[in-house]
Amino acid sequence: MTTETVGSVEASASGPTSTGSRATMILGIVTLIALGVLVLFGLILSPADESQGDSVRIMYVHVPSAMLSYAGCFLTAIGSAVYLWRKSQWWELVAYAGAEVAALFTAFTLITGMLWGRPTWGVYWVWDARLTSEALLMLLLLGYLAVRRLAADYEVRAKRAAIIGLLLVPNIIIVRQSVQWWRTLHQTPTLSLSGAEIQGLMLFSLFTGFVAITLVFIWMVIHRFRVAWLEEQLEAEGLDTAIAERRAEGVIS
Amino acid sequence: MVMLTDAWLIARKDLKLEIRSRVAINQVIPFALLVLVLFAFALDPDRGLLEKATPGLYWIAVLFSGLLAMQRAFSLEAADGVTDALRLSGLSPSGIYLGKTLSVAAQLLVLEVLLGVGVAVLYGTSITGWLLLMATIVVATAAISTAGTLFGVVAAGLRVRETLLPLLLLPVLAPVLIGATRAFEAALSGTPSEGWPWVGLMSVFAVVYAVAGIFGFGPLMEES
Repeated sequence: MTTETVGSVEASASGPTSTGSRATMILGIVTLIALGVLVLFGLILSPADESQGDSVRIMYVHVPSAMLSYAGCFLTAIGSAVYLWRKSQWWELVAYAGAEVAALFTAFTLITGMLWGRPTWGVYWVWDARLTSEALLMLLLLGYLAVRRLAADYEVRAKRAAIIGLLLVPNIIIVRQSVQWWRTLHQTPTLSLSGAEIQGLMLFSLFTGFVAITLVFIWMVIHRFRVAWLEEQLEAEGLDTAIAERRAEGVIS
Repeated sequence: MVMLTDAWLIARKDLKLEIRSRVAINQVIPFALLVLVLFAFALDPDRGLLEKATPGLYWIAVLFSGLLAMQRAFSLEAADGVTDALRLSGLSPSGIYLGKTLSVAAQLLVLEVLLGVGVAVLYGTSITGWLLLMATIVVATAAISTAGTLFGVVAAGLRVRETLLPLLLLPVLAPVLIGATRAFEAALSGTPSEGWPWVGLMSVFAVVYAVAGIFGFGPLMEES
């Protein structure tokens, strides 16, 4: 126990000391510019779709955020694995930041998907394989976050969350496989936007979407990580300060 | 080998406790039957809905009443510092995991047989495709108990464990629920060939969780 406390105090010297740095500020500005370009191409320059009309524009943010929700899960799995293997708090917090941002992107994907589904399919929700696995992904992430945010010692919640984080990847694979079979055995797959149909300005808008949303994702993960790191340091240092103060009281009296 | 003898010891201990405390017989099994009756109230029994929905209702009943059995597997250890004693016993953590899994699986099997009789009698479901039904029950039980025991220890020893375990476990078990339901449907509708891929998928699931449990149980037991 003591060796680990010493370890984390030593490590704090190499960790961030504020929520942002010059590099993250530049990243933030680049992200804002990319979002501006996305708005320009996605909402103004690119044409409306022949069959879907203007609702096709949702795709430019929906598809990238769906992919990044999975990327966040992989980040969590990797972070959890390294934490379990090397006991590195840095990686544990990367896993935590990844899961939280992944949950946000999953929610965003589900909401934009539903908003697109209403005008296109006439309903907010269909039991399509991809929708269902995204919804289950959301629930799996909420499970991870529930454990990670337990009111318990850092070691306890970090280790338990890391086991769940590591299992996210096999879970996602099995869920996707089962949901795919579940739907295809009983009903033809619902209509999809295949990449081949998208051309020209629409393809470029989608590409801009990927760049902009990925930048947002990276910016969020970095900042969430820095805040989480500072929170943990504050907790550790707060205890040290309290002990020091208490000792000082003893010396005076 | 040590792992297996340890597993056997733990499974025997847990089952003996279960038999003596009679919680499973007095509470879990009546609850399972209650769920079957509640389904009949929720779905009109005269329109054949119950018979058509039997596979799904059956596995939902198994999952919900199985959750109670899994909660028990770890609340047994929560009292009187038994967890510490278990750690001091020198039994291998993988053995403890497998033992707990075995004991949960044994309880689930009893539950499943009783629920099977229950749906046959109460819902008037005619039972066909025995081979596939048996195979489904075996692999689904393995899948539920391997994952349930692993997540059981994740939630063990926490004040919020009763609410946490269902949240963690049920989304993870969704593929098992889908698989077991579809395999049962295939068996009962006389097209067993459609059911076997699901048996395969659930076997993969059970193996993944057994491996995760065997390796993950040690670190989890260290701190709790």
